Amino acid sequence: MNTTTTQQKAALRDVHKDASMRKQKAMMGAHYDRLTAAPQTGEKVCSTFVPGNLNELIDCFGLVNNLPEVNAIQNGLRRISGQYVLEAEKIGHSEDVCTYVKSDIGMMAKGNIAPNGRPFPKPDVLLLSYTGCFTFMKWFELLREQYRCETIMLHTPYLGDGTVTPNMIQYMVRQLRDEVIPKLERVSGVKFDIDRLRERLARSAQAEDDLVYVLRSARNRPSPIDAYFGGIYYIGPIFGAFRGSEDALEYYRFLRAEVDERIAAGTGPVTPEGDMGAEKYRLVVEGPPNYTNFRQFWKMFYDEGAVVVASSYTKVGGVYDLGFRHDPRKPLETLAEYCLGVYTNRSLPMRIDMLSRYLEEYQADGLLINSIKSCNSFSAGQLLMMREIERRTGKPGAFIESDLVDPRYFSAANIKNRLESYFQMIEQRRSGAAHAA
Amino acid sequence: MKTFVGIDLGSTTTKAVLLDESCQVLGRGITNSRSNYAIATRIAGEEARVDARFTLFRRALTDSGDFGERVGEFLSAFERFFRLEQFIERLDDLEHTCIGQLKGGQFAALEARLSETLTETFIRVRREAGELYAPGGKRKSDFFRDIAGARFYAHAEAVSRETSFPYEVLLNSYDKAIIEVENRPPSGDLDAKFRRALARVLAEDRIAGAAAEWIRDSIDASLGLELEESYLVGTGYGRVTLPFSKEHIRSEILCHGLGAHLMYPQTRTVLDIGGQDTKGIQVDAEGLVTNFQMNDRCAAGCGRYLGYIADEMNMGLHELGPMAMKSERPVRINSTCTVFAGAELRDRLSLGEKREDIVAGLHRAIILRAISIISRSGGVTDEFTFTGGVAKNEAAVRELRKVLKENYGELTININPESIYTGALGAAEFARRAHSDGARAEGRA
Repeated sequence: MNTTTTQQKAALRDVHKDASMRKQKAMMGAHYDRLTAAPQTGEKVCSTFVPGNLNELIDCFGLVNNLPEVNAIQNGLRRISGQYVLEAEKIGHSEDVCTYVKSDIGMMAKGNIAPNGRPFPKPDVLLLSYTGCFTFMKWFELLREQYRCETIMLHTPYLGDGTVTPNMIQYMVRQLRDEVIPKLERVSGVKFDIDRLRERLARSAQAEDDLVYVLRSARNRPSPIDAYFGGIYYIGPIFGAFRGSEDALEYYRFLRAEVDERIAAGTGPVTPEGDMGAEKYRLVVEGPPNYTNFRQFWKMFYDEGAVVVASSYTKVGGVYDLGFRHDPRKPLETLAEYCLGVYTNRSLPMRIDMLSRYLEEYQADGLLINSIKSCNSFSAGQLLMMREIERRTGKPGAFIESDLVDPRYFSAANIKNRLESYFQMIEQRRSGAAHAA
Repeated sequence: MKTFVGIDLGSTTTKAVLLDESCQVLGRGITNSRSNYAIATRIAGEEARVDARFTLFRRALTDSGDFGERVGEFLSAFERFFRLEQFIERLDDLEHTCIGQLKGGQFAALEARLSETLTETFIRVRREAGELYAPGGKRKSDFFRDIAGARFYAHAEAVSRETSFPYEVLLNSYDKAIIEVENRPPSGDLDAKFRRALARVLAEDRIAGAAAEWIRDSIDASLGLELEESYLVGTGYGRVTLPFSKEHIRSEILCHGLGAHLMYPQTRTVLDIGGQDTKGIQVDAEGLVTNFQMNDRCAAGCGRYLGYIADEMNMGLHELGPMAMKSERPVRINSTCTVFAGAELRDRLSLGEKREDIVAGLHRAIILRAISIISRSGGVTDEFTFTGGVAKNEAAVRELRKVLKENYGELTININPESIYTGALGAAEFARRAHSDGARAEGRA
């Protein structure tokens, strides 16, 4: 009787474990199919970026969202970004240019093939929601040159002194009202309907609640999730083309239920090799992961019992765990507030505050920075951030370097060496403290 | 007696350190890493145990006080004879291997003549072995491969000339055999070699009667002490290729930090420039690492860079430092890229720059890069300890002192003559601590 119950439970858990993954896979597949079918269906395509993306607004106009960074990530995970980067360098882009850009440019030069094997359509509009990355602006200039389509820029003021002022919001709302919306109407041929926007924003807020619940579950010991390697999957729908959709709502419902089960069972994160072993180290990570060797990189952590309990990268497309939710009662203001608050738009002191807070709230052992070689705007200042966070929290930091999607910048032996040294350093400090006590 | 072993598997050499229970160094051993870390570990370990025996002999002979100041002299002669015994034993092995491989195989057709020629060559090498290990004897290095190789090449050339036997065939035969011999675990019967060496030194020093008896007894007593390997810790790049379980592996960053602390307890910043990486390490008063940085995927400015420059200039690595010391106007070199170094060098030479000025500039470039890594690890705090192969290079040390003074003012800079063993020393101490922690845990249980 007991055995049956255990088996049933295990079966149930497996079904649930797979539900969110299956759902996300289906969503991505359907999205790429819709996108690549656009020339046939006549749907209009809007290219835009993850940080500060205005998905609810884009969807109001029936535009299909295409995210070049997500395409670059897909190419990195599928290990084809390397050849695209080389192709872009052949065209003349330097080795030091952002590898997201070069992966995209190289992909275009090689037929612009989407993960479903069909070519990406030309965008009808490039919507640049500028949230701190200057390279994004140059990237779209290159794309505009290529496609000669409508370009819209929404400018988000940088939070240089750490606060959002009413003036900033007004400034952005004015741009949305006078620039962004009229141009989107013109491109799509659809009239703006604020109630459609409200519906989508309400769904966003609900999914955001679930996402925050999932991210905060890492406060448990052991943490039921890995908030960096696993977190990248968890943020997929909300950071990508699905925020505000019914699909996203369902995905996060599944995910939340799975996490609840793991908490109840006291299990740690799921890794590509099954459940993780005993949790030995809890880390906060700053910076994106390396995508070309994603699994190998992740393995270096779970093999040593290291779990990431909080990360800043899972906040680049929106910071929700500090309280912000999309608010249907003030649709344009809420979009402005969202853009202002994304992680890439935050000043160094704000990033320091956030990471220090994570170290305390998630009872982490230390801060690890994966600094991105080809991303100057994100990497500048990281070492000073680390020193300040170490000073404030008394917890040790470590610094490794790799790249987003350029495999040449991932030196496995070197990174593994540094990670192992860091884990042993934490261990040594613990036993040092124990001896002292 | 209990001993604790630390093994540092570097990209160029493998080092071993043996500690006793009170954290005193008993012995050190080094060998080239080859492509076989398992054998390198055994050989370095064996060398450290040999060295440990001499430490024990010294203790035994010093304790009684009979020997007075002559202990050092006596022991160095003893060690020279021991090394000679070891050399001859391996030379015999090499000769047997060379001759042995003639049966069948590629040398079969030449067998008889080749065998004669080889025998003659080895007779000559063996004849001068005593000179090699005489006081002040000049040996190319401490590794058998280097010493035997250099002498074999010289004699083989002469013998082939005299006998009109093709030199290449002799070299080929040697090259094939040396790999086998080098990769053979060292012979087990050390005690016999110690005793033979002892007999030689007693004869040479004309020590007989009661004095000789007493020395023999003391040495026998020392040899009777079993060197029990109580715990071993491995570190360095090769550590993962060995069948060490996790608890026997430590990162070289932690080992270098602890090793530097043991050598100089006031150390707070450690710079290690090894063959393929440069590490900046910050340690606390206990020798625990608080922060570190190392070069990333690019090995620019590491030891290999100097090796490459030496090759480009057709010089020995150890000659670079002295040449740079002659410079009065070092050239400014911007690139520490190993691949570009050759081009930079040729370019400078074509501009008419002096060799010593260029080499001095290259040394400065390495140090500047190391300082950048150190800065990223948290800067420089007094005292500063410099370790790794490059710490033996006087020109690199001179530049380091200069750059540190310019940027951080007056500092105590420690460079230990045994600095190459820093990582292995840290590893051995980790082994000692792991063993005593284990013993404590058992005691509690």
